[in-house]
Amino acid sequence: MSEKVNLTADDFQLLPADRQTDSDKILKPSVSFLKDAWRRLKKNKGAFISLWVLVFVFVVAFASTPIANSKVTARQDVTVQNLPARLPGVLGDIPGFTGEGKLDGTKVDQYESAGVSDKKNYWFGTDQFGRDIFKRVLYGTRISLEVALIATLMDLVFGVTYGIISGWRGGKTDIVMQRIIEIVSSIPNLVVFVLLILVMKPGMLSISLGIALTSWTSMARLVRAQVLTAKEQDYILAARTLGSSTWRIGLRHLVPNLSSTIIVQLMFTIPSAIFFEALLSFIGLGIPVPMASLGTLLNDGQKAMQFYPYQLVIPAVILGIIMIAFNLLGDGLRDAFDPRTKD
Amino acid sequence: MFKYIIKRLAIIVLTLVLIISATFFLMKLMPGSPLANAERLSASQQKMIEAQYGLDKPVIVQYVTYLWDALHFDFGVSFQFANQEVSTLVAQRLGPSAQLGLQALVFGLIAGTGLGAAAAVRRNTKTDTFLSVLAVLGISIPSFVFAALLQYWIGLKLGWLPIAGWKGFAATVLPTIALGMSPLATSARFIRTEMVDVLGSDYIELARAKGLSKNEIIWKHALRNSLIPLVTLIGPMAVNLLTGSIVVENIFSIPGIGSQFVDSILTNDYQIIMGTTIVYSMMLMVVLLLTDILYGIIDPRIRLAE
Repeated sequence: MSEKVNLTADDFQLLPADRQTDSDKILKPSVSFLKDAWRRLKKNKGAFISLWVLVFVFVVAFASTPIANSKVTARQDVTVQNLPARLPGVLGDIPGFTGEGKLDGTKVDQYESAGVSDKKNYWFGTDQFGRDIFKRVLYGTRISLEVALIATLMDLVFGVTYGIISGWRGGKTDIVMQRIIEIVSSIPNLVVFVLLILVMKPGMLSISLGIALTSWTSMARLVRAQVLTAKEQDYILAARTLGSSTWRIGLRHLVPNLSSTIIVQLMFTIPSAIFFEALLSFIGLGIPVPMASLGTLLNDGQKAMQFYPYQLVIPAVILGIIMIAFNLLGDGLRDAFDPRTKD
Repeated sequence: MFKYIIKRLAIIVLTLVLIISATFFLMKLMPGSPLANAERLSASQQKMIEAQYGLDKPVIVQYVTYLWDALHFDFGVSFQFANQEVSTLVAQRLGPSAQLGLQALVFGLIAGTGLGAAAAVRRNTKTDTFLSVLAVLGISIPSFVFAALLQYWIGLKLGWLPIAGWKGFAATVLPTIALGMSPLATSARFIRTEMVDVLGSDYIELARAKGLSKNEIIWKHALRNSLIPLVTLIGPMAVNLLTGSIVVENIFSIPGIGSQFVDSILTNDYQIIMGTTIVYSMMLMVVLLLTDILYGIIDPRIRLAE
């Protein structure tokens, strides 16, 4: 039983004549999904800490360009060869960072015997050419990250475009494009790298290109699978009915809806790019000599391992931290974006 | 299933031809002559040598000959080691690589399964946390970093195992562990997820209701059912192992194809580069095909779907 309501003319309001134009428009951008994902990501401690670790690594690596670039890190000084790590002040009491090294079984202050002043500290020590390892690590990390980012960018642009076209067009185009992916992905990564290095000179671009050429297939596959389901959805039909062009549908509707898949995939592409760069540089096929990357630092460290283990351990630990952080963040993002893990 | 295998074989052959063609033409594009000190030889000497290696024929004839020979595992002769057949050189190196890869795979799978099962059974305890940290480490840290660190701590500092070389079983332990960490972590993680699912299923409940002991339930019912999907992981694992082994072999100076591959790249021995490249690709594709077939045999649902 409903109550009787008396309505007068004052209860109604006259709308402007042009109201038709934006009655269908959604004024606020839909942020609830991202906010939701962010909330869930914050709950995942490992992923959240990893996010900040990575932010820190990126800021330090890129902000240090003025003090750690190819010029500074290439400077050699034979008077300070192979000095162990020493931190200033109280931090200098931490084992491994005291600046002491063993000589005939007794501890010797290497800085004193090299005639280095007390104020000068090499935080991570120096290498066989007297280069400051701390600066080299900063520089090498930056190069490694740059290679990974360039590769990931290429992977993103190419893989996503390929996946969208393949899934959207469907039919014969799709079949042909999928066969191409099958063939390309069965070529071992290393073969691609070697072929590229044979043709191009080893360097940042050729390594990034090699990594992108091997990793775009998985991105394209994922995107295609998502597009196949997305294109049957009503919002795409609605956009089509309203006369949106294919490009517009792709950019405005498909890409945002695929963004979670793409972001998660990128989070796994970046560490694998860092890994391949390090691997190639480690075997001497990567970043050429005056430059440095985590891989070349590891390679140098491994050669000096017997007497100066810190030269190996420090880059190894940093590479490890970056890889772990990316993997944890990737896992966290995957869970955060997946509506099924909603709790 | 049969049709599927034929299709896969066709793709493998096509891919191989593609790889061989690409490597061949890229080598032809390389600057310089394959003859060292070409400028010191007279024109007639150069012609003679070129005729000996078939380099005087048109490129297309050389290509067809190379392709045909490569399909018979004849990759020509090495430039670096005078007149040694590339196929013999590669064959000599295949043994250690295969042994190392197999050991690492078996070690990784068995240890990973054990640890993953333990984590699933003791879910949300300290053991579980510890094992998941271990899994993240194993997945994230590249095998060559493990290799270098193991070589330093265990080989050099503690002196428990040989630092490098390939003599006796003891020398294989460190490289096996270094290489096996990634399959170990992957399978441990995978088995844990599977086991947790299986342990929550109705038939485990039934087994418990029937009064079976905990061990019986875990070993006979839960673990067996969790193992099936693990087969799908072997393919990608083998791919990772092949890539990782190249560096690990170098670090531990193991006379395998990996170290030969790197050496040949560093010395520009194109014949060996091509030979090893092709052998690598072939091995990889065969492993992937085998795991797919194996999976079809183990899981009838896949077979029926085909």
